[in-house]
Amino acid sequence: MSNIFSSSVGKKFLMSFAGLFLVVFLVVHLSINLLVLKESPEAFNKAAHFMSTNPVIRIMEIVLFGGFLIHMIYGVIVSIQNMIARPINYKKTNNSQTSYFSKYMFHTAVVITIFLVLHLLDFYIRAKYIGGVEDVYYEGIKHHDLAALVIARFHIQWVVIVYVIALLILGFHLHHGFQSAFQTLGLNHPVYTPVIKAAGLIYTILITLGFICIPILIYFFK
Amino acid sequence: MDFTLRIWRQENEQSKGRFEIYKITNVSADSSFLEMLDLLNQQLVDKFEMPICFDHDCREGICGACGLYINGRPHGPDDAITTCQLHMRKFKDGDTIVIEPWRARPFPIIKDLVVDRTALDKIIEAGGYISVNTGGVPDANEIPISKKNADIAMDAASCIGCGACVAACKNASAMLFVSAKISQFAMLPQGRIEAKERVKRMIDKMDELGFGNCTNTGACEAECPKEISLTHIARLNREYFAAKIS
Repeated sequence: MSNIFSSSVGKKFLMSFAGLFLVVFLVVHLSINLLVLKESPEAFNKAAHFMSTNPVIRIMEIVLFGGFLIHMIYGVIVSIQNMIARPINYKKTNNSQTSYFSKYMFHTAVVITIFLVLHLLDFYIRAKYIGGVEDVYYEGIKHHDLAALVIARFHIQWVVIVYVIALLILGFHLHHGFQSAFQTLGLNHPVYTPVIKAAGLIYTILITLGFICIPILIYFFK
Repeated sequence: MDFTLRIWRQENEQSKGRFEIYKITNVSADSSFLEMLDLLNQQLVDKFEMPICFDHDCREGICGACGLYINGRPHGPDDAITTCQLHMRKFKDGDTIVIEPWRARPFPIIKDLVVDRTALDKIIEAGGYISVNTGGVPDANEIPISKKNADIAMDAASCIGCGACVAACKNASAMLFVSAKISQFAMLPQGRIEAKERVKRMIDKMDELGFGNCTNTGACEAECPKEISLTHIARLNREYFAAKIS
């Protein structure tokens, strides 16, 4: 009998579990990012410093990368299997009543992955390995002036445009992914499923607009 | 009514198929889709041409034999019906109608529009039954079952195994079919005894046969002639995790 994680349902379980973990991560990420909009860069730089030095967060960062990897690897496996399951496609494309974004989860995932790599290279890898980030001292402790880096980046017009487009696509991915994860985990209920769907929509709008407002506000007002 | 039909013709599983174009005239708006195909076949036979093969049996929407992918939808442009219940009045005079077989790796084409759906039977053989002899009809309420559960089981049991869910799914997943067959037993005490083994065996068989993975697009639910709900898929997932953990 097959292993729980090699079966179709098991693979989907891992994907949705990792997906929901990433959903939580986005909330943490956004709440810290919003600090960059404050007048003084101190709060954001201190938060970034805390995130890169606190031992618990360091462990969570490894878990986070694991979550991304599991979500991506299983996503690719599942997508390949799904393509193999229909070797000859229909001439007339399907026009069944389905949610629009659910059909493009793989496409949006590819865009998000490319964006994620660029985003990590530009901020995370730069601050951690490449260097070139100015230092600033608060209470005698050295901090990276990441706020300055972020503000400099978001004064470049094309960077802002790329971020806005990528974040909108992330929103499309989240819109289906949020409620789909609950369904895959077996959490479907006549009363609570509409609540989950509504919560998913509100979450998606808040996260997407929250992230998008950062480059836009910086570009125009900072 | 007059129609232009683009129909998939294929000699057998190995041969290469192609679309053929047929014109048909003077079709009654009240004829069913299959009667329209009967009319076309009669005309082909009269011209000593090979008639088009398509599946059909009861022609009253209860057997699940008919299955055609019509203009991008399994069972054609209407909700909660099988192809035999589709009438030509659902189309406009002069329409071009594209008719394709169900497309999925586990459903090889036998001829033209006829596909081999034995794969669904194999999933049933893997565990979609109760392996005790149940004898005659039991007395009413001998085993108390709540109305709610009885209704859910009955809704699941209305699946006729036509395969429209597989045909509609962008991943060719059979999850809606399997979930209905799991739910009809899972909701009843008679089915609980073998519930864990059943769900594990049926999922294993489904995967082995090469059906795709469910991505919750909901196309299956939209096309199911018996309106089987996605809630059954969530129940299938719950049953599977519970069976694997314990």
